[in-house]
Amino acid sequence: MAAETTIESDVFRVSRNASTDVALAGLDALDTGQAPRRPLALRIWSATWPKLGAVAIFLLLWQALVWSGWKPSYVLPGPDEALPELGRRVTSADFWSAFARTMQRAFVGYALAVLIGAAVGLAVSRFTLLRSAVGSFITALQTMPSIVWFPLAILLFRLTESAILFVVVLGAAPSVANGVISGIDYVPPLLTRAGHTMGARGLKLYRFVVAPAALPSVVAGLKQGWAFAWRSLMAGELLVIVPGHPSIGSDLENSRQFLEATGVIASMLTIFIIGVLVDAAFNAVDRRMRARRGLLPEQSR
Amino acid sequence: MTAVIDASAVRIDGVSRAFGSGPHRVQALDNVSFNVRPGEFVCLLGASGCGKSTLLGILAGIDRPSSGGVDVGGRKVGLMFQDSALLPWLTAGGNIALPMKIRGVPRADRASRVEELLAMVRLAGLADKRPHELSGGMRQRVSLARAFAQDADVLCMDEPFGALDAMTRDLLHDELERIWRETGVTVLFVTHDVREAVRLGDRIVLLSSRPGRVAEIFDVGIDRPRRIDAPEVAALAVTITARLRAEVSRHGR
Repeated sequence: MAAETTIESDVFRVSRNASTDVALAGLDALDTGQAPRRPLALRIWSATWPKLGAVAIFLLLWQALVWSGWKPSYVLPGPDEALPELGRRVTSADFWSAFARTMQRAFVGYALAVLIGAAVGLAVSRFTLLRSAVGSFITALQTMPSIVWFPLAILLFRLTESAILFVVVLGAAPSVANGVISGIDYVPPLLTRAGHTMGARGLKLYRFVVAPAALPSVVAGLKQGWAFAWRSLMAGELLVIVPGHPSIGSDLENSRQFLEATGVIASMLTIFIIGVLVDAAFNAVDRRMRARRGLLPEQSR
Repeated sequence: MTAVIDASAVRIDGVSRAFGSGPHRVQALDNVSFNVRPGEFVCLLGASGCGKSTLLGILAGIDRPSSGGVDVGGRKVGLMFQDSALLPWLTAGGNIALPMKIRGVPRADRASRVEELLAMVRLAGLADKRPHELSGGMRQRVSLARAFAQDADVLCMDEPFGALDAMTRDLLHDELERIWRETGVTVLFVTHDVREAVRLGDRIVLLSSRPGRVAEIFDVGIDRPRRIDAPEVAALAVTITARLRAEVSRHGR
């Protein structure tokens, strides 16, 4: 009698465990149902057509302004003159050497700004005293228009590459530092606690938990830092023309001095296009990061 | 004699913990003592302010008692939260591998252990899913696997199923019981759900609130496997609920 009861309860247990498995598998399947990804071509097209439309509208408005006869065409040329000029430029060696100089200045300045900004940001987020001492100055520094640094930069370094570099770094570093600081400030305490539980302390906690958790804000800071670096650089290239060092900014200034309106507009278009391309690169990084973390809206996947 | 000394996996000996100082001083835990045998499943039950989470934090070594002490005899303590606390930038597998990565376990060993642990929580083949692609119940199972990846001998669980729907919670009770039996891990399970405590625990430590003290310890003594809707479970739950209500009522006066 007793043996029978045992067998019975064992049977009960086995069948119950099996039903648990099936039920669990059912719930899991219900919970993980996902909309299929749209085909690549469709995704590219749906990302591209609004931009093409915007460009078309811009060109149309520009042309309409020219046709209205508001300014003579030697002051305000239309797209039909400026775009071929841009085409002529990008096929000339002079343009590319100017482009190379500008981009080199931008990247060197930006890289330095990132290093300095990250170091300052880390230090400020870690030491309370440092934060109360210089924390608010960083934002104040960020809001200062970079052009106001040039008189001092020119006094210190004269018309040299260093003067431009100085201002680019000062323009970009505060944004990078602020991105790092707010990134670390907003790390969810629960994740830090989970990190502690897993045995991550000190540098390991930073490497495995704090740094990746802070990444979105750091990338936002880097993006803003780039925008400030690029603005500072363009201001610098217009003001600090280093003899024998042609650049995109100095081309623009030269065109103005020779009253070449098409040249001025072609240079500005160049500057704008570089801005668009860099922004696209940052956006690609940002989207990838958000996709990994499940922060993209359903329909844009 | 040594057998008697080693009979506890966890000794909690007169633990008190206060936060703040002066008039703002809050006594979270007051002279809490009890022992947990190796392989035992103990539920900590209490209303708000009984210091359950504080006690688990002390056991996991991320907080210290103001006085008294805990002794886990060199055992590793894993901690699980109500929120899965998975790192959103890592896959399920990456999350489980992380405690091993932090400890310096070689890559090849990590991979095979991750597979093992995922199979244990019945999520085999889902290593590459990201937390946001999983349901709450699945995330908690990944979190459980991650706690085991810490090589925990003592598993502290802080209301791990508190945010789940009733059906998922019921299934996870079965799962947790199975894993507990298979691994022989010692479990300290915090909950404010009396039935859940009776469903799972060998013993139930009822804590009073503000300050947290041990009010009473109940032996459950109901045969496993239990069902949460079994009459014996309900009967004991009624007794314990009455006791818990009496504790809570003291604060209303």
